Amino acid sequence: MIRKLTLTAIAALGLSAGGALAAGGEAHVHDYDFSFEGPFGAYDQNQLQRGLKIFTEVCSACHGLRYVPIRTLGDETGPGLPEDQVRAYASEIEVFDASIDDFRPATPADKFPANDAVDAPDLSLMAKGRAGFHGPLGLGINQIVKGMGGAEYIASLLDGYEEAPECAPEDFTGYYNTVFTAGGYPDECKDEDGNHMYPGSWIGMAPPLMGEDVEFDDGHSNELHHEVQDVAAFLMWTAEPKMMQRKTAGLTGVIFLAVLAVLLYLTNKRIWAPIKYGRKDD
Amino acid sequence: MSGIPHDHYEPKSGFTKAVNSRLPIIGLLYDTLMIPTPKNLNWMWIWGIILTFCLALQIITGVVLVMHYTPHVDMAFASIEHIMRDVNGGHFIRYLHMNGASLFFTAVYLHIFRGLFYGSYKAPREITWIIGMLIYLLMMGTAFMGYVLPWGQMSFHGTAVITGLFGAIPFIGESIQTWLLGASAVGQPALNRFFSLHYLLPFLIAGLVVVHIWAFHHTGNNNPSGVDVRRTSKAEAEKDTLPFWPYFVIKDLFALAVVLAVFFAVVGFMPNYLGHPDNYIEANPLATPSHIVPEWYFLPFYAILRAFDSEVWVVQFASWISFGIIDAKFFGVLAMFGAIAVMALAPWLDTSSVRSGRYRPAFKWWFRLLCVDFMVLMWAGAMPAEGIYPYISLLGATYWFAYFLVVLPLLGIFEKPETPVATIEDDFKAHYGKSADATPAE
Repeated sequence: MIRKLTLTAIAALGLSAGGALAAGGEAHVHDYDFSFEGPFGAYDQNQLQRGLKIFTEVCSACHGLRYVPIRTLGDETGPGLPEDQVRAYASEIEVFDASIDDFRPATPADKFPANDAVDAPDLSLMAKGRAGFHGPLGLGINQIVKGMGGAEYIASLLDGYEEAPECAPEDFTGYYNTVFTAGGYPDECKDEDGNHMYPGSWIGMAPPLMGEDVEFDDGHSNELHHEVQDVAAFLMWTAEPKMMQRKTAGLTGVIFLAVLAVLLYLTNKRIWAPIKYGRKDD
Repeated sequence: MSGIPHDHYEPKSGFTKAVNSRLPIIGLLYDTLMIPTPKNLNWMWIWGIILTFCLALQIITGVVLVMHYTPHVDMAFASIEHIMRDVNGGHFIRYLHMNGASLFFTAVYLHIFRGLFYGSYKAPREITWIIGMLIYLLMMGTAFMGYVLPWGQMSFHGTAVITGLFGAIPFIGESIQTWLLGASAVGQPALNRFFSLHYLLPFLIAGLVVVHIWAFHHTGNNNPSGVDVRRTSKAEAEKDTLPFWPYFVIKDLFALAVVLAVFFAVVGFMPNYLGHPDNYIEANPLATPSHIVPEWYFLPFYAILRAFDSEVWVVQFASWISFGIIDAKFFGVLAMFGAIAVMALAPWLDTSSVRSGRYRPAFKWWFRLLCVDFMVLMWAGAMPAEGIYPYISLLGATYWFAYFLVVLPLLGIFEKPETPVATIEDDFKAHYGKSADATPAE
């Protein structure tokens, strides 16, 4: 009885993530190995700095990071830029200051500006606002095994541009992407039952990264499949800047509670021994 | 306070005598803590203390979160990010609160199904059961309104869908919906009042929890055998029971530590697993998410809501007999609330003279099927309302109602139950073997 209900509870935990069903059909999201995965995973500071560079030189042209304070670039558990670099980075950004009703150079205390130039979505929380893995059957078990997959989704999407299939009209709006499922889809590429013959859909964003888009000072590879992972890792950090603190606190809690549970188990056993077995159980 | 004979508090020092003669609070605490408790309670009787802990956790973390939250449509989402990024420990407090709701509902479902299996709802505990159902309803209301506060996409569109249900009530529905939202659509008035009520309802729950505990302290706990504690004398009652402190307090605390270890692992390592990615996108009335899915703990009842579309014959029959007043949408709403109502009526629907499911061979199987049914409904509620899923929901919903309205009444008549043990003492001894013949060393 107890075992059955406990199993029920565990299954409930598994089922619940069925709520995380993606928009549109399932697309293949590649399960990249990120350093921050798992209970003991941590951000790779060098990778975050490379991702920051890609964001600054490419993404920030259209996208904002409106919830991210610039000072957090100096966080030990984040990109960890030295203070003078954070200051220098901030001074190159123009922010609007309502008190002087004009633009001025940013300080570390400011947030990254929102960017509404071309209606591109803000990227602060993108890695938590998308999930790469769902199934099987909406049970959410993949998320237990692989994680939510927000960063994997971003990297896969940036690496997911392909030549449009021949069935599509030349002038169809957008760019064919095998991972993006929420975009337009030409009727010519559906079969008679209305099923899509090709994965993904057409996304409004032109391919932002082609490989060798930025030069890293330390000479790190700037091939496309490295760049997409670097920027995805950076966006995971912007979405969850306190991940390291969270895991540390969680682990401390688990260890503390496990020790407490052992002590309480022994206490419980001892006080019940005379009742259950009519003797002291020392 | 209790109907089971036991020692009452006797103040010994001058100070406690003075206090207790003016306000018998020490006696009340003593009697509550030393309440005679059936000694054969198994591990399914731990959820009560876990639920009490959850309520305290939610209130404490919630009070802190309110210090930093702004209930305004333009600022709510940003204030959550402020909590996640700038407030000291804010990210962890918020994740505790978020996942605390899931722990709360996990525990409440296990608690409810424990009651359903061991017949805890039966006489004389009907009032305990009804109050429990009221607590459960208030929990659902509180959780629903709390989910609106971050003002994400799922908050906004989920609210629109759920309050839209009230709009399905014939004639007065739209007025009720407007009254609930404070406007014709979800917006600032709705956010403000949901915030207010989300803060208020937990204290009502706390009040009802006191009554819930008071009620079963009066009747005594149920126990796995379903047999009553012998009450003719204190000596006899003591053979069946042990004081709550320390025996059950320590046992429950051990269980709490184990459950919390799992809970902390979830909060620390996968805090968004039970949430929905869309709620990390700020609410946008113009962009509706493709699948609006409630939180997992609502899914079984959400599945029942959606199970009854206009092609189901009962719906057509109800529509015909009511001259079209009851349409499919309203029927779904009635079914959803009805599913909880039939559960609340279990004390009067169950006709069996035997309380515990342990001694009811046929009931056991129907009950197991109900557990499976609940899980299937939960899964179906998360799936899109197309293809085979509405049929699965309909099948699940049908069994849910059939269990309470048909199986429980008929089983009492047709089932031949086994003979329960004579006393709780016998049940306890049967578990702990020969050596338990010795009298407790007290």
